Amino acid sequence: MSKLRGTGFAAVNYPTGMHLGGDPTQSLVHATTSGNFVVTMSSVDLGQGLKTILAQIAAETLGVPLDTVIVDTGDTDTGPHCTGTFASRTTHRAGNAVIMAAAEARKAMLEVAAEKLEVSVEDLETDGRGNIHVAGVEEKAISVAETAGAAHFELGKTISGRGIFLKTPSPMDPDTGESDPDSTQAHACTVAEVEVDTETGTVDVLSIKSAYEVGQQVNPALVKGQIVGGAWMGIGHALQETTAPYYPSIDHTPGDFQSYLMPGAADMPQVECEVLEIPSRNGPFGAKGVGEMVTNSPIPAIVNAINNALGVRIKQIPVTPEVILRALDEKATQVT
Amino acid sequence: MAIKDLKIVGQPVRLRDLDTHVTGETVYYEDVRVPRLLHLKMHRSTYSHAKILNIDTAEAKSSPGVVCVLTHEDLPGKKKFNALAGVGVGPEDESVLAFEKVRWKGESVVAVIAETPAQAEAAAAKVKVDYEELPVVLGIDEALKDGAPVITAHWPNNHYIFPENHRAAQVRFGDVEKAFAEADHIVEDSYETQPIEQAPIETNGCIAVPVGENRITVYSNTQGLQFSLDTTAGILDIPTSKLRFIGGTVGGGFGGKVDMQVEPITTLAAMRTGRPVKFKYTREEEMRVSSSRSAWRVVIKDGVMNDGRIIARKITTYQDSGAYLRFSSYGGMKHCGHMPGPYTIPNVWIDSIVVFTNRAPSNAMRGFGVMAGSFALEVQMDTIAETIGMDPWELRLINAYREGDMKSHQKEVEDAGMVETILTAAKLAGKQLPEAFQNMSSFDQKAG
Repeated sequence: MSKLRGTGFAAVNYPTGMHLGGDPTQSLVHATTSGNFVVTMSSVDLGQGLKTILAQIAAETLGVPLDTVIVDTGDTDTGPHCTGTFASRTTHRAGNAVIMAAAEARKAMLEVAAEKLEVSVEDLETDGRGNIHVAGVEEKAISVAETAGAAHFELGKTISGRGIFLKTPSPMDPDTGESDPDSTQAHACTVAEVEVDTETGTVDVLSIKSAYEVGQQVNPALVKGQIVGGAWMGIGHALQETTAPYYPSIDHTPGDFQSYLMPGAADMPQVECEVLEIPSRNGPFGAKGVGEMVTNSPIPAIVNAINNALGVRIKQIPVTPEVILRALDEKATQVT
Repeated sequence: MAIKDLKIVGQPVRLRDLDTHVTGETVYYEDVRVPRLLHLKMHRSTYSHAKILNIDTAEAKSSPGVVCVLTHEDLPGKKKFNALAGVGVGPEDESVLAFEKVRWKGESVVAVIAETPAQAEAAAAKVKVDYEELPVVLGIDEALKDGAPVITAHWPNNHYIFPENHRAAQVRFGDVEKAFAEADHIVEDSYETQPIEQAPIETNGCIAVPVGENRITVYSNTQGLQFSLDTTAGILDIPTSKLRFIGGTVGGGFGGKVDMQVEPITTLAAMRTGRPVKFKYTREEEMRVSSSRSAWRVVIKDGVMNDGRIIARKITTYQDSGAYLRFSSYGGMKHCGHMPGPYTIPNVWIDSIVVFTNRAPSNAMRGFGVMAGSFALEVQMDTIAETIGMDPWELRLINAYREGDMKSHQKEVEDAGMVETILTAAKLAGKQLPEAFQNMSSFDQKAG
């Protein structure tokens, strides 16, 4: 028996948006009378932090403090259409829709402020702290709250905006496959180091080191969350998880977490990463989708590391202890 | 490359619902409290493939607490559906509630609605279905064999039929056979992945509540609210104005909450009983009934030159869709858009085939159509490196696509970044590369 170490890596790309497009999302933004902004959507937050990043995008575009932005999502009676949260699409689609809606609302806000201050709209800027002032003349200012109140109660104007993002559908040519399937591509390269016990066939992932190229990060803490969670899922896919351990047989189908094994916290190595930001042409502030890609690069990296450690060529996942021991048996047979 | 002067975008702002996630105070669909709530449980097929001879619900109906029992005869609209019918995917092949045949073990047959979950479950067990067993097809090879038992009449050869009667979603770019003849090396291999469970913490579920004006409010953990609303209305043949979907805060999806599994039948149950109805998958249902990631087989043949250039790549991929289509044709097409990976290869041939078997239908999961492809390609790249005696980092850098290169689906590469990403990872891992490779960029001359 021995413990053998190996290193492997993998390079992957990943498309942003529903394949072949045709997946719109809308957003509505309006100011309350006290100068808060409500972003109304029907997009779904799966835990990845969509509500948080949409608030950031709206606040950035409006030029107002983050805590004055309220994201109201999840009701089809009030929220305009969203195709859904999948295909690494929502930051891109919903983000762009929010920019469009917030930009229109900002224009309306500045027009009211210009009227109140008796200056031209072009001379105004926001300070991001809740005030609008003449560029270079900070004392010539009006608060966002006062502007919103005046718009409603004095001038009878709304401060609101409408936004949509649609990548127009690009059907795939049935013969050649010609198509424009995605909005942009993100990239990842993961290096995995493993230790394989040749007696038990178990694999310890010792380290995961990755570079991710995701365009502009809207929220680096949430990107890091995706990266660590994605590596976790990737380790499970590479080594443990299956609903049909003897596929195509349907015997031994797991029905609970005692029989469907996933990596626990103790199985997780240190996940090191470096994030590159090459802006996308059409993403919100240059963002690309990152949600799915992060699972994909660790899987082949780990399998390549196992193959490197053992001098075998395993070509299936999950690489369970049984798969490893059978590969070692086969290798021993070939040598003799 | 920094983008504009950003103040809030780009900041590690705290997740807005972090505190309530930790304290358990975040409101999910299941936290909605409504009086007079009923519970739905499903009687499911115990066979992988069988003809339905008779469905007897008499004993279930007279069980304690039972308020309503629904079979395919109670469906007011469609008997068969595909959730993507609204965007032109078809034919609609999946039974809402099984009739004529069951095609996988676990298929929905009879819905039982009762005062408590335990009463609904006990009554569902009392439904009696007489079956005549049919031959079962579980694997890709078996399904595609000549004379294999046919699972659904729509697919006489147990594979999806793409537009223009094609057996596969396909890519044809350049001439792979000519390039294979010119290649210094041919590297061929086959890669397989098993089905995988999305495993969200919160299982699929919904609560449908009649709210007056003949409207139903559905609290759902779907990944797409209007999508689920439109599909539910379509299946039940009711105006979309009669439905309101509320959700948006979901305990994990990973692709496992894009199926239309619970909403239509629960909405129908609420319409029939006039009372709120809840249908929540057990963990066992989530794992065995709710669609998993499909099993994939990816067969790759590469033509490679001594200097590392891959000049041809031929890929045949099989995706095990299970008994029904769901979104598998979408996954198969997405696979075509993704392959041959982040590399510029002048001759590419892809056939992406969707195969039907008597398994639980598979569907989307994180990396749909892409994950199995990336796995196969990147293990294959190591095999190529070993075959031609080249450093695997150098092999990938030589072939990585550059800005403006032509992809095999005839779109120019935009927003390229593979070369920089590989070089950054190499540095992070302490890999020493020759200077010529260190100086590579996505804005070099074309790859290869």
